[in-house]
Amino acid sequence: MAITRRKFLGWMGCAAAGSATLAGTAAYGASNKEFKGHPGSFGVLHDTTRCIGCRKCEKACNEVNKMPDPKVPFEDLSVLETERRTSVHTHTVVNRYAPSKQASSEKQHPIFVKKQCNHCLEPACASACFVKAFKKDKKGPVGYDETLCVGCRYCMVACPFNIPAYEYDNPLTPRVMKCTMCLPRIEEGKLPGCVEICPREALVFGKRDDLIREARMRIQKYPDLYVDHIYGEHEMGGTSWLYLSKVPFSQIGMREDLGTTSAPQMTAGALSAVPIVVGLWPVLLTGIYAISKRKDKVAEEEAQEAIAHVKEEAETALASELAKLKEKMTKEKETAVTAAVKKAMDEAAAAAQAEEKAKTEEQKAPEAESDVEEEK
Amino acid sequence: MAFKLPPVSLKIEATPGNIITGIILILGFGLTVMRFYGGLGAVTNLDDTNPWGIWIGFDLLCGVALAAGGYVTSASCYVFGLKRYHSAVRPAILTAFLGYALVVFALHYDVGRPWRLPYPIFVSPGTSSLLFEVGLCVFLYLNVLFIEFTPAAFEWLGLSKIRGIVMKMTMALTIFGVILSTLHQSSLGALFLISPSKLHPLWYSGYLPVYFFISSMFAGMSMVIFEGSLAHRYLHDKMDETHLKESDGVVLGFSKAASFIMMGYLGIKVIGLAIDNNWHYLFTGWGAWFLLELLGFVGLPAFIYAIAARDKNVKLARIASVIAVLGIVFNRLNISIVAFNWHLPAAQRYMPSWMEIVTSVFIVTVGITVYRFITANMPVLYEHPDYKHEH
Ligand code: SF4
Ligand code: SF4
Ligand code: SF4
Repeated sequence: MAITRRKFLGWMGCAAAGSATLAGTAAYGASNKEFKGHPGSFGVLHDTTRCIGCRKCEKACNEVNKMPDPKVPFEDLSVLETERRTSVHTHTVVNRYAPSKQASSEKQHPIFVKKQCNHCLEPACASACFVKAFKKDKKGPVGYDETLCVGCRYCMVACPFNIPAYEYDNPLTPRVMKCTMCLPRIEEGKLPGCVEICPREALVFGKRDDLIREARMRIQKYPDLYVDHIYGEHEMGGTSWLYLSKVPFSQIGMREDLGTTSAPQMTAGALSAVPIVVGLWPVLLTGIYAISKRKDKVAEEEAQEAIAHVKEEAETALASELAKLKEKMTKEKETAVTAAVKKAMDEAAAAAQAEEKAKTEEQKAPEAESDVEEEK
Repeated sequence: MAFKLPPVSLKIEATPGNIITGIILILGFGLTVMRFYGGLGAVTNLDDTNPWGIWIGFDLLCGVALAAGGYVTSASCYVFGLKRYHSAVRPAILTAFLGYALVVFALHYDVGRPWRLPYPIFVSPGTSSLLFEVGLCVFLYLNVLFIEFTPAAFEWLGLSKIRGIVMKMTMALTIFGVILSTLHQSSLGALFLISPSKLHPLWYSGYLPVYFFISSMFAGMSMVIFEGSLAHRYLHDKMDETHLKESDGVVLGFSKAASFIMMGYLGIKVIGLAIDNNWHYLFTGWGAWFLLELLGFVGLPAFIYAIAARDKNVKLARIASVIAVLGIVFNRLNISIVAFNWHLPAAQRYMPSWMEIVTSVFIVTVGITVYRFITANMPVLYEHPDYKHEH
């Protein structure tokens, strides 16, 4: 049986999911399976060739999300002078891009691009969140649950499109803010605010599969009007929001170097290493411990042997030393004895001599005594 | 069980060091109030495009890497059976524990709702996230380190029975600690796997977790050597003979090991370059910066370590340790801040505010102050006379 790549990935996916279930919950985010999106999920097709940069979508978004009024009114198009990104109170922005100088004359018009959360099929933000505050809804939108969010902002690090914004000035209940795809409205059967208001149908809401078909058709029908690419079909594993453009997407502020690997796949390898580390390290470490213990033991035995040896040697040395000492001592003793004997004998002889002398002196003594008495 | 609280020495003299410490603590306190009264925006330069600043790049990434001395030293001593490292274990465990405690403390400043920090473990575990892995392992490891350190406190308090129980678990705790360290040290690198489009290709690599883990080893060793030299300077009177006698051996042993590991690290860095075929980036400004990091802050200290180990030159080893520690900080800041969002124009890049820097300094100062208190009172740098001949 040949192992197909798909099957292999499936197994890998199981392994990754296994590692991800350490805490008892299956995390679909860590799955390595190729994910084509929830069947029948919704999306939006943004045809930038139709967008006129009126900012009506921005206004509608502001209203449906009950955001505070902006400093510059939405009718003021001067904000288009600078490139903007989404922010806390602005879930969507429209940017204007000047066409490149070399482009042919018919491409000379400025191009407008609406930017908001792309509602990735396998969202980086959801895969990154360590409390599962982000979730991909089966209907398409990527939603956020502020009751779980800790505020670590890893989702913002992870999002390849730099979409989520954070309430940095809110000390107690800061939230991550981003487009909701108007999920509440979708559930009511309404269109997203921005889609509904768009006067040029630059935004189309529908099933993602249908939107892709529609986009392909437009490209086929007007090959001069579009580059042959649906941005979002495969980028980062695919997104629910899709884009068409007349010029290469990199010229209208959209990165073309993101690749098609979804975010969960990028971290799946690292995650699947967890059970291996947990399983192997104790074995290896205990092994090393056993070896070092054994080494210690051997070293100890050797040391003991050495000590014994040394001791033995020392003992023999000591014994011989002792023997020598003993010998020496006996010798010394002997000499001492002889010396003593000799001395004693000498002394005795001397004493005898002295006695004799004394005797002779005694004999002389009476005469001397009388001399003394006479003097008295 | 009745026990008498041992005398606590709390002498504070008006030395310049203590005065500076005091000023930093007061400033830090003020900034803390600002942070929690006005939100992150009141003190940081963070924005929507640059959500992580030095509180993550320095306090978390460097803090955890430099606290690796705990697992490295206890593994060398207990698992690899290098008994002569024994006197180094306790100070290393203490610094590691304080290091991790400070990391968690610092996270309270950085995350938006710090009171929810237990959420990832107890309320809604996001198991697909590498940050979850980091959080879980750091949480568990902090507990392990705490237990590993308790014998010193029990000796200080004279609770020898509990101490005995903990001492019996040493081996299990050590192995558990190594597993947890492997996991979270590498996961910190793996955090950035998710953003290949934002991190400069010279720093982004599928091997990021391996790089972080390997570099944490020599980070830990260098930190043990570096701290050792500081402690010798300022806490010499607290050390006993064993500690003083063994400490040169520890320095030289770690020098040799660190030099080997750093060479290996350079090797796998080059492999990473080759696999992603990133050679051409070396000839750009980023390449020069990258080479500075690798050659100046890894290659050079590795070389000095090797010489120090060969010549048994403790002073040289200490110099190398300073460069190596700076190198780790350099590397972690490069990945989290300098080379992150490298493609954006300067106006959209992040520069820490002075308040962020002072807060980081404040947190480190808190750590040093606690370290000084503990080493002044508990048997860390010396052995408690009652338990001297146990091992
Ligand atoms: S665009 Fe960003 S915020 Fe939106 S779903 Fe994708 S990763 Fe998440
Ligand atoms: S900031 Fe909130 S939503 Fe984003 S990753 Fe952290 S916990 Fe999840
Ligand atoms: S879908 Fe809704 S939230 Fe998103 S940009 Fe449109 S109006 Fe705003």
